[in-house]
Amino acid sequence: MKIRELYTKFFRDALIVTTISLLSCEMKSVTDEEFASAAENYADIVLANYQDSYDQTIKLKELIGEFVADPTKEGFTACKEQWLKARIPYGQTEAFRFYGGPIDDEDGPEGLINAWPMDENYIDYVEGDETAGMINNLEEYPEITKALLVKLNESFSEESIFTGYHAIEFLLWGQDFHENSPGTRPYTDYVVGGSAPNPERRGLYLKLIADLLLDHLSAVKNEWEKDGAYRATFLSSPKNEVITKIFTALGEFSKGELSGERMFVAVDSKDQENEHSCFSDNTISDIINNFQGIVNVYTGEYTKVDGSKISGTSYAALATKVNLEKARAVDEAIGETYKTISAIPDPFDQAIIENEDEVLKAVAALEDLSDAFADVSIELKK
Amino acid sequence: MRGRRFISVLLLKIVLLCLQCNYRTDFSAEELSGGLNFTSYNFSKDAFGVQGSNLTRSESRFFQSGNELFRTNWVAAPASVQSLDGLGPLFNANSCGSCHFKDGRGAPPDEPNGTRFGLLWRLNNGAKNKKGAPEPHPIYGKQIQDHSIPKAMAEADIVITYDTIKDFYRDGTPYMLFKPNYELTNLAYGEIDGNYKLSPRVASQVAGLGLLENIPVESLLANRDTDDLDGDGISGKANYVWNIVEDKKTIGRFGWKANQPTIFQQSASAFNGDMGLTSSLFPEDEFNAYQEAQNTPLPEGGYPEISDKQLERITLYVQSLAIPAKRNTDKPQYLKGRTLFYDIGCESCHKASFTTGQNSKIASLNNQKIYPYTDLLLHDMGEDLADGAPDFDANGNEWRTAPLWGLGLIKTVNKHTRLLHDGRARNIEQAILWHGGEAASSKNEFLNLTKKEREDLLFFIESL
Repeated sequence: MKIRELYTKFFRDALIVTTISLLSCEMKSVTDEEFASAAENYADIVLANYQDSYDQTIKLKELIGEFVADPTKEGFTACKEQWLKARIPYGQTEAFRFYGGPIDDEDGPEGLINAWPMDENYIDYVEGDETAGMINNLEEYPEITKALLVKLNESFSEESIFTGYHAIEFLLWGQDFHENSPGTRPYTDYVVGGSAPNPERRGLYLKLIADLLLDHLSAVKNEWEKDGAYRATFLSSPKNEVITKIFTALGEFSKGELSGERMFVAVDSKDQENEHSCFSDNTISDIINNFQGIVNVYTGEYTKVDGSKISGTSYAALATKVNLEKARAVDEAIGETYKTISAIPDPFDQAIIENEDEVLKAVAALEDLSDAFADVSIELKK
Repeated sequence: MRGRRFISVLLLKIVLLCLQCNYRTDFSAEELSGGLNFTSYNFSKDAFGVQGSNLTRSESRFFQSGNELFRTNWVAAPASVQSLDGLGPLFNANSCGSCHFKDGRGAPPDEPNGTRFGLLWRLNNGAKNKKGAPEPHPIYGKQIQDHSIPKAMAEADIVITYDTIKDFYRDGTPYMLFKPNYELTNLAYGEIDGNYKLSPRVASQVAGLGLLENIPVESLLANRDTDDLDGDGISGKANYVWNIVEDKKTIGRFGWKANQPTIFQQSASAFNGDMGLTSSLFPEDEFNAYQEAQNTPLPEGGYPEISDKQLERITLYVQSLAIPAKRNTDKPQYLKGRTLFYDIGCESCHKASFTTGQNSKIASLNNQKIYPYTDLLLHDMGEDLADGAPDFDANGNEWRTAPLWGLGLIKTVNKHTRLLHDGRARNIEQAILWHGGEAASSKNEFLNLTKKEREDLLFFIESL
């Protein structure tokens, strides 16, 4: 299990850092060079992570193109497998949201890339309404275009989602009403004379949103390139501004978004569709990757899809220097979160009904983690 | 990538102000619209959706649940997600967020037949029921529902046209106003008697409502002057409205005529009238036997379609939304505008500040010094704005003073600047120019201002 390994490794690293600090006997102040180096390392991680997401999504787009041109069961399965692979790096990038960076500034594409929950009947047929969705509405939408999809996304309501990972997910898996499996959309939905009307429009729709996803990921990635505009702004910001951004993101993501919207809300409502990847039942993996993204930022290390590593000066190390006690609190909260998230049984849509306590423990651990990050960020800014 | 660099710099400045979660620790009292706990420094398109600070952990969690319910689309029964079905049969919208998009404000469409989000029409012939509420139309009910679930007939369509009014400031600068006309078309359940007035209602932004709910009644009544005994031309009347939970009349605070006493009841009422969902407070759909007989048999979502738990989550969510801080408070233009705001009498009704009470279940809402710029009381606003639709103690000319906080951010959140109960005003300036009745003298003073002074005043209001 990947998570087990991470867990062990994290504790080993934490122990080393802590031991070194204890041996050094006195709390050292952090130099400007160290802060600059940590920020630089952060920017490198962001870029590598978006690059991975981009590369995995190119593969997804290619497979979708091949499948739509020649719909087969194998081709459909390959698309689904690649979607799941693409989610692994993307899930980790979500720790870079919540401070108005390229992903979610005023014209940032987050809502076009990863918006959820979505009301899928804006896109395609749903149980009880065979004619729902743009795909089946030739009268109102005679032509489906990228521009139209971007324009309509979030236009009717916050849940009128037309683009992004979850729209693709819906078109690959379909609605999930099953306890023991994800959605079971047949590949013949894309075959002329197959299982659903408008197969060619469905195929076109799927290709267009895969293409759009790539456009949007590319825009964000470019901002973080070595010569990217945002990267330059970010790295030239005063030290405390950088820390505020990075830790606001860690705090808001762990408490508000991940533990709140993605976990507590699902437990509170017990609605199967209130999970993050509700069509593919990939939510546990999403949660693990989201959390991994948080840990990457703090420990200054990112393992790329190809297995190679980006690492450098970490905020964990700096925190240990400025306030050992607060840094330890973060370490403990990270450990507790690993433990509690690992204890949630898959799939998440059943765990929210059968294993409420396990989910709530992980929610509480993430809340503690968010508070611990807030404390450390204050220390780092002193 | 257009504008990203510029916007990034702007955001950078905003982020600089933040310590964590949109809050900062050093501030001047002037800009703290929502007090120490409920002022947010998020001025982005999410400006009205920020959680107040110092909530308990469970309040924070319920806030997230409420947020999800607020934006979720309800669907016709039967549906795979049972807790979210039961929409309609007749309705105006399928989610809270479709009218209050991003917790913000609705607007009329630009085209006469354009799709409406966040605008509906109440029916009113002046008659009241025993409790003082407007008597519903025998067939169409309290309001026109212009949408329906599949297979049911929506009640009607509404075509909006505008007459242009041209006039001048005293300095000779021309201005234009647009007076709306409404025509009901495609009435599905028969004609409506001409005695019935159509009273339009735009969905208001919901941020800061928890603070308004927590202003002590005595503080509101301190501004009351129902018969204008002090002779300043400004009355200020409290609306006393039916409180279902308390089973008696209590002071009204919410809605364009202050006809709802609490956020809980306001929410239940909106779920019922606007979305066709039954609840413990409103056990009947607004869909009567006659309408039922006109339609083919329709599915029902059971009772209640929205549970008390769901209503409580929504209520807590709305109560816990912070209000954006004032901007520009250190700029000379803001200070000049503020002086004018008092000088020409705006503050007589748009009361600048209150301190919230001690009794909210959400402890961090208590004892906050806030700047809502409203007295929450009713005032005669003159014939031009009158809807002729009495509601409890409000007569057909009276409206509740609208809070001004957050006004300048509607364009960021909702991409429009439409104001007043029917969205007729295209901007703040036009909204001022529509003021009449008790506000006529202030409006006249506004007409007398120089162009520079008018700009200063608008700058101040935009900064609230």
